[in-house]
Amino acid sequence: MAHTVEPAKPRGDEEAVAPASDETAPRRRRTPAPYLLITPALILLAVVLLWPIVQMVWYSLTSFTTRNLLPNQPGPEWNGFAHYQQLLTDPTFWTILRNTVVVCVLMVGITMVLGTLVGLLLHKMPKWFAGFVSIGMMLAWATPALSASLVFRWLFLPERGLVNVVLDRMPDWLVGSGWLEYNWFLEPGSLFSVLIMVIVWQSFPFVAVSVLAGLKSIPNELYEAARMDGASAWKAFWNVTFPMLRPLFALLLVLQIIWDLRVFTQLYILANSFQNQDVYLLSYYIYQQGFSASPANYGMGSAIAVVMTVMILGVTAYYLRIMIRQGETR
Amino acid sequence: MTAIDNTAGPSARAATAAPGSGAGRRRGAERVYRRSPLRRLRSLPLYLAGIAVFLFSVFPVYWMVVTAFKPVGEIFTRNQTLFPSAPTLEHFDRVVNGQLIPGVNFWQFLGNSLVVTLFAVGMGAFLSLLAAVAVARFRFKLRTAFIILLMIIQMVPMEAMIISIFLNFRQLSDASGVQLLGNLSGLLIVYTAVSLPITIMMLRGFVAAVPKELEEAAAIDGASAWTIFWRILMPLVAPGLVAASIFAFITAWNEFIVALTFLGRSTDHYTLPLTLSYYFGRFGTEWGPIMAASTLLTIPVMVFFLFVQRRMVSGLTMGAVKG
Repeated sequence: MAHTVEPAKPRGDEEAVAPASDETAPRRRRTPAPYLLITPALILLAVVLLWPIVQMVWYSLTSFTTRNLLPNQPGPEWNGFAHYQQLLTDPTFWTILRNTVVVCVLMVGITMVLGTLVGLLLHKMPKWFAGFVSIGMMLAWATPALSASLVFRWLFLPERGLVNVVLDRMPDWLVGSGWLEYNWFLEPGSLFSVLIMVIVWQSFPFVAVSVLAGLKSIPNELYEAARMDGASAWKAFWNVTFPMLRPLFALLLVLQIIWDLRVFTQLYILANSFQNQDVYLLSYYIYQQGFSASPANYGMGSAIAVVMTVMILGVTAYYLRIMIRQGETR
Repeated sequence: MTAIDNTAGPSARAATAAPGSGAGRRRGAERVYRRSPLRRLRSLPLYLAGIAVFLFSVFPVYWMVVTAFKPVGEIFTRNQTLFPSAPTLEHFDRVVNGQLIPGVNFWQFLGNSLVVTLFAVGMGAFLSLLAAVAVARFRFKLRTAFIILLMIIQMVPMEAMIISIFLNFRQLSDASGVQLLGNLSGLLIVYTAVSLPITIMMLRGFVAAVPKELEEAAAIDGASAWTIFWRILMPLVAPGLVAASIFAFITAWNEFIVALTFLGRSTDHYTLPLTLSYYFGRFGTEWGPIMAASTLLTIPVMVFFLFVQRRMVSGLTMGAVKG
C-alpha cells in the first residue's frame, strides 16, 4: 500500500504547526478547565486500570483463593513474600519464564528481521508492485487474533490439516515420513513453532510498512555518496540506513517485545486446554491460576502477574525514554 | 493480535521527509527507464520474493475463506484441494441461522458485540476528545504527568492484570448493587477505558493542529465556547476522531480475555469472539462453521482497517521516522 506512506499534505502542516503551537497555543492562564476536561478520563482509567495494578501487588502478598470470596469467610490474609519464595523455588515457574523469554525473543527477532527485509524489498520495487504486496500484508495484519489462531490450528491439524497433508506428500528423503498424523499441539517445541508463526504472520506487516515509511525519509544523496565510496548494499545498510532509522528500530523493537510478551488468545486456541503445563507462557499461567485451577489461586496468579508486569515496565521505561527524547511528552 | 495493546500517536510524521524522497523517487524512475532487458531480468528474484511475501500473507486468510465455502466432504478428507469444487453456503447458513450455542442465535451475539463496541467507541471518543483538548490547548501543572501516565497505562498488559481487574469488578458489583460481571455492563466500562490512552494521544495532534487564530476570531465575533467547539474544532478534528474511533472499534471488537473472564457461563451475553471460542471448544471438528464464523468476525475489521491503516503506521511509530 505504497500510497499510505506517501507525503500526506494535510499531515505535513500538522507537523509544522504542532511544535510552534506548543509554545504559543497552550494557555498559561490558571483555569480549572483542563482539569475538568481530563477528570472523566482520569477517573475511568484510575478505576479500571490503575487501581487493579495496586490491588495486584497487594493480592500477590496475601493468601487468596476462591475460598476467601465466600460470604462467611475472611478476606485475603497477609502472608508476606511466600508466593514469591514459592515461585523462586518452583522449577515449573522457571521453565515457563524461560519459555516465555525464548519464545518472545524468537517472535520479536524473526518479526523484526523479516519485516525489515520486506520493507527494504518494497522500497526497491516500483510503486504498483509495493502497493500490491502491501495489500496482501494488510490482510494478515487485520485478521483478528482469534480468527488467525483458528486458521493456523486448522492448517496444522493432524490428518486433515493442509500443512500435514502437504508434508506427507513431499518426498520422504526431504522431510521425513509420518507427517499426516503428526500432532503439532502436544509438544512445546512444535506448538511454540506454530505460535511463533501466527505471531510473526500477524506482526511483520506493521514492521515492514513502518520501515518502508522510514526508508522514504532518508535522502537519496546519502546512498549516492555511499555508492561513490564503493560501499556494498550490506555496508550501505549498516552505515546509512540503520543509523538513520535507529530511533524507529528502537521503537519497533520495544513495541514488539511488549506485544509478544503478553500473547494469550493465540495460545489459548492453539493449546486448547490447560492440561499440559509444558506449553504454558506467563500470561497463560496467570489466567490458569486465576480462573482454571481448582481452587483458583488469586494470590499466586497475582504474584506471577507482578513478575510479568515488572518485565514489561522495564521495557516501557526504555519506551518512555525514547518518547521523552522525541518530545512526545511536551 | 489483542488490539488492546496497540499504541498510537498523532500526526503522520512519517511524511515529514517527503521532499528528499520525492526527488529520489524521480531519479529512481529515470534509472528504471534506462535499464536494459538484462538488468531487468536481474530484478526478477526481487519480484519473486515480493510474490512470496504476498502469498505468505494472503494464504491463511484465503484458506479460511475457502474452507468456509467447502462442502463437508471436502473438509473431512486427506485430499485437501486449493479450490472448492462445489462451493456451498451451508456453513454460513448454519452459523447465521443455526445456533452456535444452544438456545442463542447468531444475531444476539452480533448484537452483543455491536452494543459493547459501539458504546465503547462513542463514549471513548467523547472522553478522549475532552482530554485531548486539555492536553493540546492548555499548559497545566500535571500535564506532563498525565501524558506519561497515559503512555505507561497503554503498555501495562491486560493479560497480567486480568485477575485483579476481575476481582475489582466483583467488588464494584457488590458495593454498587449493580451486577457488572456475567453481563455486558462490565465490558462496556473496560472497553471504554482500554482505548483511552491511545485515542487521547491520537486526537491530541489533531487538536493541536487547529489554528488557534480561528478560535480567537470566532470568539471575537461573539461565538460561545460551545459554538466554537462544534463549529470550528469539531469539523477540523473529525478525521482524527474517525481514525481514533475505528481504532477503538477494532480493539473492542477483537477483545477476548476480558470477555472470557467477565462473562463466564452467561452465554446469552457472549460477544462474537467468545462465541467462536466456545463453539470451537465444544465442536472442535466442525471446521466449516468455525471458518465461516471466523470469516464473519474478520470482515468488519478488514473493512475498517482500510481506513485507518495509514494512521496505524504513522501513529504507532510517532516521531521515530524523523531520524
